Amino acid sequence: MKKTHRGHPLWYAYALHRASGLGLALFLPAHFYILSLALTQPERLEYFLNFAENPLVKVAEFGLVFGLTVHMFGGLRLMAMEWLPWSDNQKTLAAGALAVSFLISGTFYLQAI
Amino acid sequence: MLGLRLYILQRMSALFMGPFVLVHIAVMIHAIQGGLSTAEILGRTQGSIFWFLFYSTFVIAASVHSAIGLRVIVHEVLGMKGFALSTLTWSICLILLYMGGRAVTAVTMI
Amino acid sequence: MSNDVKYMDVAIWRGDADGGAYENFQVPAQDNQTILDVVSWVQQNASSTLTYRYACRVGMCGSCAMMVNGTPRWTCRTHVKKVLDGNKLTVGPLRNLPVIKDLATDMDPFFDKWVAAEGVHHPSKTRDDPVEQINPESSARVEVSTGIECINCSICYASCDTVAGNPDYLGPAALQRAWTLYNDTRDADKQGILDAVSGDGGCHNCHSQGSCAVHCPNELNPMRAIAGLKRATTLSFLKRGR
Repeated sequence: MKKTHRGHPLWYAYALHRASGLGLALFLPAHFYILSLALTQPERLEYFLNFAENPLVKVAEFGLVFGLTVHMFGGLRLMAMEWLPWSDNQKTLAAGALAVSFLISGTFYLQAI
Repeated sequence: MLGLRLYILQRMSALFMGPFVLVHIAVMIHAIQGGLSTAEILGRTQGSIFWFLFYSTFVIAASVHSAIGLRVIVHEVLGMKGFALSTLTWSICLILLYMGGRAVTAVTMI
Repeated sequence: MSNDVKYMDVAIWRGDADGGAYENFQVPAQDNQTILDVVSWVQQNASSTLTYRYACRVGMCGSCAMMVNGTPRWTCRTHVKKVLDGNKLTVGPLRNLPVIKDLATDMDPFFDKWVAAEGVHHPSKTRDDPVEQINPESSARVEVSTGIECINCSICYASCDTVAGNPDYLGPAALQRAWTLYNDTRDADKQGILDAVSGDGGCHNCHSQGSCAVHCPNELNPMRAIAGLKRATTLSFLKRGR
């Protein structure tokens, strides 16, 4: 199998961590804004929450929860690698982080629909 | 573009947020059942000292962590550095603190 | 015997610091052929002005490192059959280093960063002191031995996206060497090493992509060494504030 300098498991883990982090950072202001509507225009917040019943929004919410969990568990993997004594199981841990993230965000999605 | 201090700040804010994220997701999984409404959210959080403290510390940690994370991406992908980069980093942190603060106030204030 | 020599389409980067482009050559394929053989054939038969580096041609010196189909490799140890893409090959200068001409890059930034990471031994004894006994099985020495075989070929440096994005980043090889010295009981300036790897280009910029470990022809693991440096600097910060 041809190896490029990018297409290997830990590189994908890095790319996913960066993409999820970026996505979360861009999502946060929107999230804060919507919630702050509870103070000034609660009827707009209610309208938004109704709109969020749309199945596509539920899929997007799944994406959000997945992004959050994969970023966190990926980050925990990095901190374990950096601060605990070295062990050669990085790919396994990365796969584990991905699996737990799917589990949690899948649970969310099933409760949401 | 991280020296030791920013690295420590990034990692510490990350570690700090771990339990917060888990609680937040657990609450979301619980709350999303049967649909969400403003009344339901506020019924849980309004007037609650616990949620006020919980989410305000969460916002502080998230603002710091996001600002440093975006700093790294902006430097490595767009090549920004020096004063411009520091200004952007601080701005992101302060904007998130402000907006997050408003959100926390909105859902916890009586 | 009919002349049924097969030819490969080989694109080789030509140019210098101001720019360049890939030039195409038809190179006869052979049963046993390395990328270095291909490049040498081109220089000897098709384009005598092609500039490239090699020395030992047996995988010991690291001079022949180039980008082959987008991956940094020792060209003398890369069989054509292993990387041939259909009938095509692309050979270019190592990524992340300035180009002098064609396939020869300027290694100065790589070595400057080696020194900047304090990858230089800081002696603690004189010739009049007894030779220090090093136990090869001590955990510190095992850490050193894991990373000591670096021959500075720059393949890890070329494979790293963080090096590409952050011009100050010292890079995997330099940081790995700093780690081997940090664990060397004979080195007298451990704090100096930690300080050197804690700046804007230091070990904390590593994102643990692991391309360095995947591509190192000596199967070293700079990512592991950098994790060690992060551990050491964090402990130092918690104990001493720096």
